[in-house]
Formats: sequence, structure tokens, C-alpha cells
Amino acid sequence: MKRLFNEFKKGITIENPTFGLVLGLCPTLAVSTTVVNAIGMGIAATFVLLGSNIFISSLRNFIPGRIRIPCYIVIIATFVTINEMVMKAYFPALNRSLGIFVPLIVVNCIVLGRAEAFACKRPVLDAIFDALGMGVGFTIALIIIAAIRESLGNGTILGIPLVKGFEPATMMILAPGALLTIGILIGIINFAHIQQKTRREITKERFDGR
Amino acid sequence: MDASQLIMIFISMVFINNFILSKFLGLCSFIGVSKETGPAMSMGLAVTFVTTMSSIITWLIYRFVLIPFDITYMRTISFILVIATFVQLVEMFIRKTSPHLYKFFGIYLPLITVNCAVLGVAVLNSETFFSGSRIMPGSFIFSVVQGFFAGAGYCLAMLLMSGIRERLELVRVPRSFKDVPLAFVIASLMSLAFMGFSGFKF
Repeated sequence: MKRLFNEFKKGITIENPTFGLVLGLCPTLAVSTTVVNAIGMGIAATFVLLGSNIFISSLRNFIPGRIRIPCYIVIIATFVTINEMVMKAYFPALNRSLGIFVPLIVVNCIVLGRAEAFACKRPVLDAIFDALGMGVGFTIALIIIAAIRESLGNGTILGIPLVKGFEPATMMILAPGALLTIGILIGIINFAHIQQKTRREITKERFDGR
Repeated sequence: MDASQLIMIFISMVFINNFILSKFLGLCSFIGVSKETGPAMSMGLAVTFVTTMSSIITWLIYRFVLIPFDITYMRTISFILVIATFVQLVEMFIRKTSPHLYKFFGIYLPLITVNCAVLGVAVLNSETFFSGSRIMPGSFIFSVVQGFFAGAGYCLAMLLMSGIRERLELVRVPRSFKDVPLAFVIASLMSLAFMGFSGFKF
């Protein structure tokens, strides 16, 4: 049980698809204009990830090694198509605002990456928890970026105005704002990593000196 | 159909709706391969070739298979399979026929299969030039031109970015911002500059 929880947790923390592995950036940047879009995209990607991980992991002994990538792509594309149809039928507004990025989940590196790196070697239960962890991690990252962009660029979060008299900078919800936000966020994370590393080295030196 | 529409597509695809700088398609390869001008150019040309060819192929598939049989919901799955097969074929063909060309962009070809720019062009073509199962007149030429200029826009962004990043090697930057974060910040400034083409509104 603890092992399964760890599989779930690593997707959110150290192996976070956006901040840790830096995968799947195109949809991350394109749909993070509002928090609502971010949540929608996160759920859609989690669904595809879950479906493809379950299928690939249960078929892992039947798929021949040499043609595994095309097989994975077919499985993933099937789930993307299901996702597309459900979204078109029940959430037409969300489908319109995500637009071209709904079919493009099929080339999202996170889904194929998890299939290749995890699901093709592990039992189904592990793969389910891995998919959930990665999906939730991706959703959280999307929400963080979207919250920054929506609050600065539009002055709202989830459509609720935040501060009165704040003149929003439209640039933040357009293309340059997305690139700036992700650049600075990755920079801050790198900074934290470097700080942590030097701190560890300093304590090690002190320990050795004694 | 006349020349002015084609020029509109050219300006829109290369400058206003540049695939990388305003639509975020093909961002992974843009950040990954843009460290030097040579490889960046090879990648750009390879992408242009594949987007053009895949526009032709996916148009044929959409027009003569998906619409007649009324299975347009199979769009994503059929496009990605056809593109992947095509890229694989081209790679094999180039490896057999021209070692020089293979060295030039052979190693970048497999990367293109999962480049969202290629599938993006195909989906965009099928959305702009077909409405449901109705076919716009001249859609074939438009699709091919749109595919070609989307690749050209990608090439342009790649070339500009790699030129800047080559210079950046000589600059002292904060350690935590080295490489990828700085590349994003520069891409942001470039995209701000490209927004000038669409008329900046504040």
C-alpha cells in the first residue's frame, strides 16, 4: 500500500511532469490562460493517461518490442478520440476554448513518456497509481501557471475579481506572458535546487571537519 | 481562390500566428534543438518538409476516406498513424539513397513524429478548410500552402532563437537561469516583438 502511495506521490512532487521532467509544455502554455481551462485540460489529460496506462500495462506481455511505439500511439489515440467526443457532447464551451489542443493530447510527451518509461514494465495497479499521480501533478502545475497568468492578466481567479482598482496587464494572458511565467518559474525551482545542494555540501563539510 | 488569399495565409502563418511564438506548437524541439544555428536549421527544414507533405497526405485522407465514409471522428487516430508511417518511410528512404542528406536531417526526423506542430497543421487544415463534411473550394492548395508556411514560420523562429542563444553562451547569467529558463524568457521577448505584426492592443 505504501509503495502504491509513493507511486502516486512522486508524480506530484519530484517527478512532476511540468516542473520536474519539463514534459508536455505546449498544452501547458497554450491552455493556461484561465484556471477553468487549466482544470479542464488537466482532467482530460488525466483521463487519457489513466486509460492508456491501464491498457498498455495489461497488454505489456503481448505487444512485440519492435513495434511497441505504434501500438502505444494507437491506444493513446483511441482514448483521445473518446475524450474528444465526450467533451464535444457534454462540454462544448470548454471544447471550444481548448480548441486544437484536445486532439493534440495524443502527441503530449507525458502520455507517451509514461507508457514507455513506466506502464510497459509494471503491473496494472502500479500503472494506475502512476497515471493518477502524473495526472494530478500535471493538473496542479497547470493550475499554478493559470492562476498566476489569470490574476495578473485579467485580475480574476475562476472568473471572480480579486482586487479593486487593479489595471490588469493583458500581456500576461497572451503568448509572451506564458513564456515569461514558465521561464521564471523554472528559474525559481532551479534556484531552490542549487540552494539546497550548497546547503547540503556546507553541512557535509562541517561534519567532515569535526 | 486568388493570389491575395495565398499571401494572407503566408503573412498569417509566418508572422501573426507564428506556430511557436503565438500558438505554442512544437515548443519542445524549439527549446531542445535551438542551441546552435546548424542543427536548428536542419530541424527547421525537416519540419517544413514534413508539414508540407503531411498536409497533402492528410488532405487526401480527409477528403477521400473520412468524409465519404462519414467517419470524421476518426481524424486524430488516422492522422497520427499516417504521419508516423510517412516519417518512418522518409527516414528509411533517405538512409538508403543519400547518406549526406541523412546526416543533414536524418537524426531529427524521428523526433518530428511526436512534434505537435505537424499534427497541429493537419488538424488546423481540416478545421479551417472543411466545415463538417462540406469542402471549401480550393482547399487542397490552401492546405498545402498553409502547411508549407507553418513550417517556414517554425524555421524563422528557430533561426532567430539559435542565433541569440549562440551569443548567450558568452554572457554571464545567474546560475539558476542558465539555459532553459533564459531561453523561455528570450522566447517571451521575441513573441512580444512578433505581436507587433498583429497590432498591439492594450
